[in-house]
Amino acid sequence: MTPAFSIIFFTTASGAGYGLLFVLSLLVFDRALPAAFVLTALAVALTLVSIGLVSSTFHLGHPERAWRALTQWRSSWLSREGVAALACYGPALALGAAVAVGAPRETVIALALATGVLAAATVYCTSMIYASLKTIAAWHDRRVPALYLLLGAMSGLLLARFLLAAFALPAHGLPWVTVAIVLSAAQVKRAYWRAQAEHRSASSLGTATGLDRLGRPRVLQPAHTERNFLLKEFGFEVGRRHASRLRRLAIAFAFGVPLALAALSALPAFALPAATAAVVSAAFGLVLERWLFFAEARHTVMLYYGGAAPAPSRSVPTTGG
Amino acid sequence: MTCLPKSAPAKKLGLVIDLDICVGCQACTTSCKEWNAGGRAAPVTDYDAYGATPDGVWFNRVHGYEVEDGGSGRTVYFPRSCLHCDNAPCVTVCPTGASFKREADGIVLVDEDKCIGCKLCSWACPYGAREYDEDAGVMKKCTLCVDKIYNANLAPASRMPACVSACPTGARSFGDLGDPASGVSRLVRERGGYDLMPEQGTAPVNKYLPPRARTAEAAPLASAVNDRGHALLKWIDKVFSR
Repeated sequence: MTPAFSIIFFTTASGAGYGLLFVLSLLVFDRALPAAFVLTALAVALTLVSIGLVSSTFHLGHPERAWRALTQWRSSWLSREGVAALACYGPALALGAAVAVGAPRETVIALALATGVLAAATVYCTSMIYASLKTIAAWHDRRVPALYLLLGAMSGLLLARFLLAAFALPAHGLPWVTVAIVLSAAQVKRAYWRAQAEHRSASSLGTATGLDRLGRPRVLQPAHTERNFLLKEFGFEVGRRHASRLRRLAIAFAFGVPLALAALSALPAFALPAATAAVVSAAFGLVLERWLFFAEARHTVMLYYGGAAPAPSRSVPTTGG
Repeated sequence: MTCLPKSAPAKKLGLVIDLDICVGCQACTTSCKEWNAGGRAAPVTDYDAYGATPDGVWFNRVHGYEVEDGGSGRTVYFPRSCLHCDNAPCVTVCPTGASFKREADGIVLVDEDKCIGCKLCSWACPYGAREYDEDAGVMKKCTLCVDKIYNANLAPASRMPACVSACPTGARSFGDLGDPASGVSRLVRERGGYDLMPEQGTAPVNKYLPPRARTAEAAPLASAVNDRGHALLKWIDKVFSR
């Protein structure tokens, strides 16, 4: 798949924003926090979410019709994502208002938890847009929703650590929760890459044309002389040529460096510089990870053009273990 | 609504494509382009049409494949277009309701006034049936010539998709695949018509007929001359081989 920068930016930025909303809701539930901190965290989270949402409309042919995408939530994960994303603004903004006017703690907690639930739901819907596509085996994997949720939580935790340090507030156990989530995300990503390498797709040029009845087909004559929409959208090879090097970079910046810095940030003396560097490193690493998520994914339509079988994977609902 | 029809469509209009007959002449692709450039899905945009790198939106593409079948191999021309699937994934992923499958005849269409051009339907289709129109900013696809097959201004014999009308070898047939008594259903039964990528679970309406198996009569030429040729030909062969 050809990576669209607007979608990479949207999924990483809004993932971080919703992650921060989720972590903030748990922090608010956990303890009473200064209003200035909650409002700043909300502003940072909603800015990331909003920039991401606006950026996601850049790749549309008709951004002015984007509102129509809210109508088909019965069948479409993209529509569900839009509905959940907008719905999340309600309790998030109300939470800000409640904190600003000093509303009772029960009200604040109720709004925070509603925000957290809708933030997680939005990220889940985003992941299901990809995981529901049978045509792209690299995405049709039950680990994909887990990864999106874990990476969102990880981004949120790193941002929350940064904000706590900036406000000179104690982190309590947050750095260690972060370490656990980073390790889990890295583990799921490793399992995902291993599954990708191991499994074989059921689709081939033989099944795509039905010519497996006769023997082994190969491309003799391309259907057109120039690149068409399909080749532009799905015929992306650069990512695969450099995949192993880019994967190592993604692992280092998204998981390795943030892991060490999150642990270091438990020491008050290093809290702010370590938390700041962790956010920067993770941002770079996650953009790289998301870029690979697109660049390494193969679509079945490329079989007709002599492409390799889609990167194999287990189907989402049926496998366990 | 981008939910699929709750009950099976009353009719399942579609194509049966005979890979045994197709000669890869591109008459179906060009006639498709011609009809649809003025039809419901118009314009079927071209970019740099008269330049060095012509490119554009097509609803039908003919690929050429070679099959290693253990013998001398064979060439198969393979027209690829929308299969109007019963379980069309391009429809259900659409967030706007622009993509839909008609209850009356099962045709899968795009309402270009609602399409936001997110391209997700093209990601969901295993077959590459949908192509994005960069100029119009919307997704385009085969309409099964919905503006031709029901067109009362045309003679009844012309009320079939442009690709079917144009095919000089009769490799393309059009009809109701939901009716077991129809000509297309009979073809599928008698010739072993099949689905493309059945493992994708899309339940395509369009079917493909496989190239026929070769008989012993179609053995390689050299052995035909040597073993089965006329005595005179054998003598000539012998004389000229000296």
